[in-house]
Amino acid sequence: MSAAIRRMKDLPSTHLLGAGTSMCAGCGALLALHEIYDLLGVRSVFVNAASCMTLLAAYPFTPFRGSWLYTSMASAPAGAQGVRDALDILLEQGRIAPEEDLTAVALTGDGAATGIGLSATSGAIDRGLDFIYLCYDNEGYGNTGQQSSAATPYGAHTATSIGAHGHCGTKKDLFAVWIAHRPAYAATVIGADPLDLAKKIEQARALQGPRLIHALAPCPPGWDFDPAIGVEIGRLAVKTGVWPLKQYLDGKVTHTHVPHPRLPVEEYLKLQGRFRHLFEPVRDAATLGRIQSDVDAYWAQVAA
Amino acid sequence: MRRLLTGNAAAAWGARLARADYVPAFPITPQTEIIELLAQWFGAGEMRGRLVMLESEHSMVTAAAAAAATGVRVFTATSSQGLLYAMEMLYTVTGWRVPFVLVNVSRGLASPITLESDHNDVLAARDSGFLQMHCATCQEIVDSVLLAYRLAEEPAVRLPAIVNLDGFHLSFTREPVELPPAEAAAEFLPPFEARGIGFRASRPSSQAVAVLGGSPYSYFRYETHLAAQHALEVYDGVAAEFAQRFGRRHDAVECYRSDDAEIVFFMIGAFATKAMDAVDRLRDAGVRAGLVRPRLLRPYPVAALRRALAGRRAVAVIDQNLSVGKGGVLHGELASALYGQAEAPLLASYVGGLGGRDIAPEEFFQIARELGEAIAARQAPPPRLLYTAGELRQMRNLQAIAAAERSVPGVAA
Repeated sequence: MSAAIRRMKDLPSTHLLGAGTSMCAGCGALLALHEIYDLLGVRSVFVNAASCMTLLAAYPFTPFRGSWLYTSMASAPAGAQGVRDALDILLEQGRIAPEEDLTAVALTGDGAATGIGLSATSGAIDRGLDFIYLCYDNEGYGNTGQQSSAATPYGAHTATSIGAHGHCGTKKDLFAVWIAHRPAYAATVIGADPLDLAKKIEQARALQGPRLIHALAPCPPGWDFDPAIGVEIGRLAVKTGVWPLKQYLDGKVTHTHVPHPRLPVEEYLKLQGRFRHLFEPVRDAATLGRIQSDVDAYWAQVAA
Repeated sequence: MRRLLTGNAAAAWGARLARADYVPAFPITPQTEIIELLAQWFGAGEMRGRLVMLESEHSMVTAAAAAAATGVRVFTATSSQGLLYAMEMLYTVTGWRVPFVLVNVSRGLASPITLESDHNDVLAARDSGFLQMHCATCQEIVDSVLLAYRLAEEPAVRLPAIVNLDGFHLSFTREPVELPPAEAAAEFLPPFEARGIGFRASRPSSQAVAVLGGSPYSYFRYETHLAAQHALEVYDGVAAEFAQRFGRRHDAVECYRSDDAEIVFFMIGAFATKAMDAVDRLRDAGVRAGLVRPRLLRPYPVAALRRALAGRRAVAVIDQNLSVGKGGVLHGELASALYGQAEAPLLASYVGGLGGRDIAPEEFFQIARELGEAIAARQAPPPRLLYTAGELRQMRNLQAIAAAERSVPGVAA
């Protein structure tokens, strides 16, 4: 991309990721990936951790026109490290032409990003690895049927948190974990806001070093909603303030969208089966109240 | 150039003479000296490329294979718990079909946690798809690293290789080592030809993708197995070329005074040199003893082992490992290679040398006596776990101290 992206009209009209993958209908992760891949382009190698998207490239098919390397659940950043280091060595020694270079992109779900792969991620950031880390966050171990992960939000039902009040932990703040490492860049995005997403990908592309793109990925089977309303759910995640759109650049966090007026979280929660137990058979005012107050506290701190 | 080198330094020299481009590293005793030496050489510009510290062996092996898949020559090293921490990736990356060399400095596995050597670590990687070479001397280490690259990089093989050396006994022992001159090493091992391996903008590729179903899975697994088996034939040619260039033979199976032997010790690694000494002393005493030592454990040199052992009367397999609930791993492997063979020897199993425990000359002599009795009785003896009465007395003392410590007045039980 040469020209800066300011309006929807500026988004690429050529779509690079092939169709006909085995992702679920309405997959919010695939929506974000489509938008991101159009911008990152085919001069990339996606280094994948075990997750839903591992099944994108299933022999002999792949939707990627660029390159792909599957690693393991825990070590995609280390795979990106090996690819990047090898390309650097080949470039330094003149063994490949500069135009053969590729962008290394780690592609993982939230389970790898916040749990089993966190050590490898932290190590890669420590080493200043020049890579983009793309986490699509469906807030649970989606590929195995939505068990709770460290990214599961408070109160949500998952296959392993089925009590009256849902998941008792709180969502790990991956963005905060990243910026504690002082990376080159970190941003939250969502497929339902393609313009905001595109601006952040363009920003990330202009930088070098460790860069996080953390995409909330509404998941029809995991969150239990009709695939037709996936984009609506994504928009509500932003409008209710549940999913703040922000970026970290030059040591500062800025919010790229401040919802105003901010809708009540219930507007977002009530459309998803994973929160249905908070509304019926009886209203769980305490849990709903805590979810709302957590969001309120977040935005109060932003305003301060 | 002849120098006194530790086994670790010999391993590092192997990587240097191989002109490894990339070394992902993580420290662990007794391997650490290898990566420290390499870091010095990269730092001083004596090696080109880079050494990168990873945050775990799991990541280290991932980075090693990913770099190899991008088309550079890669070296890495670990030990023991580190090898096991990386185990998921050992199995994973062999399916990527990219060559690189990993030196494992053998050390016993927890529990109990220990630092000294045995072979349970490297044998846990036995079925991973890594080729395996086992060294008995420091000279063999530097030579084996070069041989391992030649073997791993052969286009019809394209598998990673482990070169194994015993912690402490080799890693920290200085021996005179003849270092191949750099030019001669470069002639034997030319620059890495990626031959289509690598991610390039002009040549996008998908590696290590998922398969759906058992049929494609089986195909790729069989293909890897056949490539590893093919490596046997390749190895013979590479070892012959090495012998011609450098005057040192490193056959897949080393036979010491075993041609006319009645009884044979069967071992891998540094302790095999103890067995050689025992063979000499037994020969002096009129016992026709010999040693057979597979250097190559994967691929398993079945035909060479059958040839080496046909007509011998009895073989003692001395395993420095323990498959808990089964026994010595090498014993089971050799039994399967010899089963049903005409003139197959009686096979006895001894487990010893765990966690750095010595195997004393007297134990070799005792084993030789038991093999003689087995020949007379035409029956293999039951498996034995080597442990002396003296060791047991010492152990009882330790246990008594432990019990006394537990019952110190005023300390809760």
